[in-house]
Amino acid sequence: MTDIAIVDYGMGNLRSVYQAVHKVAPDASLVVTDDPQVVAAAKRVIFPGQGAMPDCMRELDARGLRQAVLEAARNKPFLGICIGLQMLFEHSAEGNVPGLGVLPGEVVRFASELRDAQGNKLKVPHMGWNQVHRIQNPLKATVAPSPTGGGLGRGNTLEHPLWNGIPQDARFYFVHSYYVQPSDASLVQATSDYPQPFVCAAARDNLFAVQFHPEKSAAAGLQLLQNFINWNPL
Amino acid sequence: MLAKRIIPCLDVTAGRVVKGVSFVELRDAGDPVEIAKRYDDQGADELTFLDITASSDDRGIIFRIIEQVASQVFIPLTVGGGVREVQDVRNLLNAGADKVSINTSAVTNPQLVADAAARYGSQCIVVAIDAKQVAPGKWEVFTHGGRKATGLDAVEWAKKMQTLGAGEILLTSMDQDGQKKGFDLALTRAVTDALEIPVIASGGVGNLQHLADGVKLGGADAVLAASIFHFGEYTVQQAKQFMAQQGIEVRL
Repeated sequence: MTDIAIVDYGMGNLRSVYQAVHKVAPDASLVVTDDPQVVAAAKRVIFPGQGAMPDCMRELDARGLRQAVLEAARNKPFLGICIGLQMLFEHSAEGNVPGLGVLPGEVVRFASELRDAQGNKLKVPHMGWNQVHRIQNPLKATVAPSPTGGGLGRGNTLEHPLWNGIPQDARFYFVHSYYVQPSDASLVQATSDYPQPFVCAAARDNLFAVQFHPEKSAAAGLQLLQNFINWNPL
Repeated sequence: MLAKRIIPCLDVTAGRVVKGVSFVELRDAGDPVEIAKRYDDQGADELTFLDITASSDDRGIIFRIIEQVASQVFIPLTVGGGVREVQDVRNLLNAGADKVSINTSAVTNPQLVADAAARYGSQCIVVAIDAKQVAPGKWEVFTHGGRKATGLDAVEWAKKMQTLGAGEILLTSMDQDGQKKGFDLALTRAVTDALEIPVIASGGVGNLQHLADGVKLGGADAVLAASIFHFGEYTVQQAKQFMAQQGIEVRL
């Protein structure tokens, strides 16, 4: 049985994801696959993505992977990366297409002619290393911690276990022009600033998804992947 | 906020990193895999490899190098040199490159940029532009390692590449390259102000102030340098600390 399936729907290059996961889990059985049955049978699923969201959605369906991805996102440890985060939402402004609708909210583009506090032009795509600000007290005041125990960290703050061993405000590598706007604030795990805060990590139950590329984010990224491999939310 | 990137550049031929002045007097700088690991340890934000191999017999070497680096270094890797068709882009990505840099072929066949960006995404397509000043405030695009004039205006060309789908521009001043007198700041400023996509300044770095100037005066989103790192003058870490002292946001 496959321990970890990396979903390959034919968009972009998954070698970097494979290499990084192999680095932190050298003994795991790890496959890059476009076979829905392999995704369905895997213990953990990584859902990466590059390119434009309309192409990604089309290629996912062309391979018959939608149902397997939807099921994995509901019932096993699931890590979305970049477009793999965006595709989980209901709708994207990129090509005006529906997403998978696993999480409530929209995908929108950075405004053009962005400027920083000094008046310098901010480029789109947002490309490079930016700080990830974790939500120390997720906006869950009225919601009890997950009964699965997945959300409870050390001390009196709720910290998701995927942040274990990663310093607050650590820098991760980003490259994207669109970002997610969840309509449920309790999904937000972290934000980054460009120049306004945008959501760069979202989570619910067995699902964790990030806008940045952990596979290209040096030590912090490898730690996050390691935490995902060790995570048992169910 | 987003950090300005420092990108060491490794010119590779026959399996070795070399550096020369304007493509002559090549000096051996060592093994590419060892050097890549060293720069990663020092905190490099990305690495760029330029395959300057003249002989087609040695073309396969770069793939083996990239495969080895990609299994050990987990930061973005850009590879350029001799990219002529979409299949070359695919082969480099499959070897472990995250971005592929297209230079001469972007001029001879601009459709390559459009096709590669459509197939693999703009995020992995870098267009490298080699420019020489031809008049005050005017720069021309050169190809074939700076030997061949194209008649193209560098700023207009950069805008066209952005339109075709380039995700980033690697901008080298042929006047400054190898001179160690600093970037062509006016060129860098002219291109970065004209574009929405990030610009990497290249060519001419001789000290750490030059790197800071590229960001503060040139407006570059990233700065690329080779020889100041290869021959032990400065570490990447020293460069970042220097830039941080100048108020530039960097990943320390």
